Amino acid sequence: MKHEAPLNLHIPEARFRPGDKPDFSYLQVSKAGEAKRPKINAKASETRELAYGLVRVLDVEGNAVGPWAPKLDPETLIRALRAMMLTRAFDDRMYRMQRQGKTSFYLKCTGEEAVAVGQAFALEASDMCFASYRQQGILIARDWPILDIMNQIYSNSRDRLKGRQLPVLYSAREAGFFTVSGNLATQYPQAVGWAMASAYKRDRRIAAAWIGEGASAEGDFHHGLVFAAVYHAPVILNLVNNQWAISSSQGVAGGEETTFASRAIGFGIPGIRVDGNDLLAVYAVTRWAADRARSNHGPTLVELFTYRAAPHSTSDDPSRYRPGDEWRHWPLGDPIERLNAHLIRIGAWSSDRHEALARELEEQVRAANAEAQSYGILTEGPHHDPGSMFEDVYKEMPWHLREQLSELKRLRSLSPKEPD
Amino acid sequence: MAAMNMVQALNSAMDVMLDRDPDVLIFGEDIGFFGGVFRVTEGLQQRYGDRRVFDAPITEGGLVGVAIGMGAYGLRPVVECQFADYIYPAFDQIVSEAARLRYRSAGEFNAPLTVRAPYGGGIFGGQTHSQSPEGLFTHVCGIKTVIPSTPYDAKGLLISAIEDDDPVLFFEPKRLYSGPFAGYHDRPVEPWAGHPASEVPIGHYRIPLGEAAIVREGADLTILAYGTMVHVALAATNETAVNTEVIDLRTLWPLDIEIIEASVKKTGRCIVVHEATRTGGYGAELSALVQERCFHHLETPILRVTGWDTPYPYAFEWDYFPGPRRVADAILHTMAS
Repeated sequence: MKHEAPLNLHIPEARFRPGDKPDFSYLQVSKAGEAKRPKINAKASETRELAYGLVRVLDVEGNAVGPWAPKLDPETLIRALRAMMLTRAFDDRMYRMQRQGKTSFYLKCTGEEAVAVGQAFALEASDMCFASYRQQGILIARDWPILDIMNQIYSNSRDRLKGRQLPVLYSAREAGFFTVSGNLATQYPQAVGWAMASAYKRDRRIAAAWIGEGASAEGDFHHGLVFAAVYHAPVILNLVNNQWAISSSQGVAGGEETTFASRAIGFGIPGIRVDGNDLLAVYAVTRWAADRARSNHGPTLVELFTYRAAPHSTSDDPSRYRPGDEWRHWPLGDPIERLNAHLIRIGAWSSDRHEALARELEEQVRAANAEAQSYGILTEGPHHDPGSMFEDVYKEMPWHLREQLSELKRLRSLSPKEPD
Repeated sequence: MAAMNMVQALNSAMDVMLDRDPDVLIFGEDIGFFGGVFRVTEGLQQRYGDRRVFDAPITEGGLVGVAIGMGAYGLRPVVECQFADYIYPAFDQIVSEAARLRYRSAGEFNAPLTVRAPYGGGIFGGQTHSQSPEGLFTHVCGIKTVIPSTPYDAKGLLISAIEDDDPVLFFEPKRLYSGPFAGYHDRPVEPWAGHPASEVPIGHYRIPLGEAAIVREGADLTILAYGTMVHVALAATNETAVNTEVIDLRTLWPLDIEIIEASVKKTGRCIVVHEATRTGGYGAELSALVQERCFHHLETPILRVTGWDTPYPYAFEWDYFPGPRRVADAILHTMAS
């Protein structure tokens, strides 16, 4: 065989850039209800189709259809809707606070609320979540006080993390929420280790981890998968494919020719791709993976197929790299609108109640925000005592940190007018 | 008490801890059925079962990442990194995660894990089986770095490391595994048997982290050393007839600064020796600390005797290794100036 053409390198490029008209018709979106639902003890090899398909429950009319439709009562669904709406209202308020200079940084999950909320609803409250920075919905779904979350964002005098962490890198052990790292993917093997420990102790709790499709290129993703697969760790490994890693499309992370869920196949564990904007489908798939893990059938990789409607963070300007209206063309819609439509469809909800709830949540966020600011904000304080920065480096403070603490105190005593 | 070499003493430490604490578990490459390439975990899987002592995939980043999660759950994992040279894939998990969990969560989570790794040269391991990366870790706040120099210390320090609530890097001088090597590569290998520090208690005991030991008292010059170089420093002293005071740091960080300060103030001279490369190495930190605290007591500049600033060259091991003649040369130079 002759090879006449010179070698050529393929560089993945986003389909649409500013000025383009987004057209997602290339996406092969399965119909709601179409995907098969294997038994929770199915062999990984019997689940392969699910890695390439898309589990969907809500159809275009808002009906819950097919074998994955979970039997959730309307009260539970309304609570989930409320958690998603509260997450969005919280995000919007905090985003504005950053723009007003009350904090230096914030990061929204708009359009992805069903991921964290649906999954939190499918887990037990005592299961440990190793989230990335875009799953604030877990805390909200677990009824963690939004005031506490805001105190962290403002690094104020009531910030439990004592002003040490960038806003949104929360930690809430009581809520089963592991300290969020700014280094991507590191939580994947950690979640597996936690799950292995739980199994080692003959506990009943499982772990869940979240990663973005972009960060799944990190070694830690593979480290986590190999350990989880080898030891059948009771863990759910979630991969949120929101299409964008800052400005890089999911193709740059390796999503052009295959799905991220199919990464599981090589490890011999189930990989399931789910409509991440369909709360019922997210719940059902997560519940399947949780039941599987809890009954010693091992880990599952879940790809949550969604779209990052928000900028990456307040430091990002997506208009420079993608069409401004791309989200409106996203074929999987808005998770809040879709659950709202379903609840109306089954006669458990109305647009009046929806609007009333939106107003109530906005007021709740407004009041919490006012209270949080009364405990201080980044730029003006009050903060914790700066001397507290030397605590918790080690369990006991060694001599060198005691010396440095004295030095800081001395320096601050020379300029007493500096704000705390 | 029993006569043990360093391998047996380390094995005994893990044996004691596995027996005492059901939350201790051990994993790493080849450490289970086979007992480790240096035999340090020999027999432990047979004694405690494969739930507690098991083989792991070849992924140091995974080993440490998984151990962090176990530690956060409440276990005390001990992982073996087969060679310190292979620890770099775990660097992010050690530096950004293990070292910071307690701090960034304001005490909500911590990672009480121990990472064991054989380090150092002298076994013709070339540049990928000989490195001394301790200085990369002493630079990192939130972890403790420990290096023993005898079987007795190795066991007591490893027990303290496993019991410690902070992450500990435990570097084992592999050239000392079977005998107290002083750098005379052309002389017959000496076994630990007969050395006073090879008499090791069978049961549980601790050597507290953060406490150095004066292994030779002297009045004229202080030598700061750890691991293999402790034995080299003693041998170099014998070659010079200078009355040195040799301090074995044992824990590199947190450092026992008091014992160092008192010694240098007494002797007025100081040499720092390590096998690791010189520039930006741990010796630079020791030198700076001594200078800051003892400047007015110093009669001469502080010297460093270290590995050269090159990768560990396979065929030129003994030109690279800072052996007793190089240390003796520095002692004499310091005494003459």
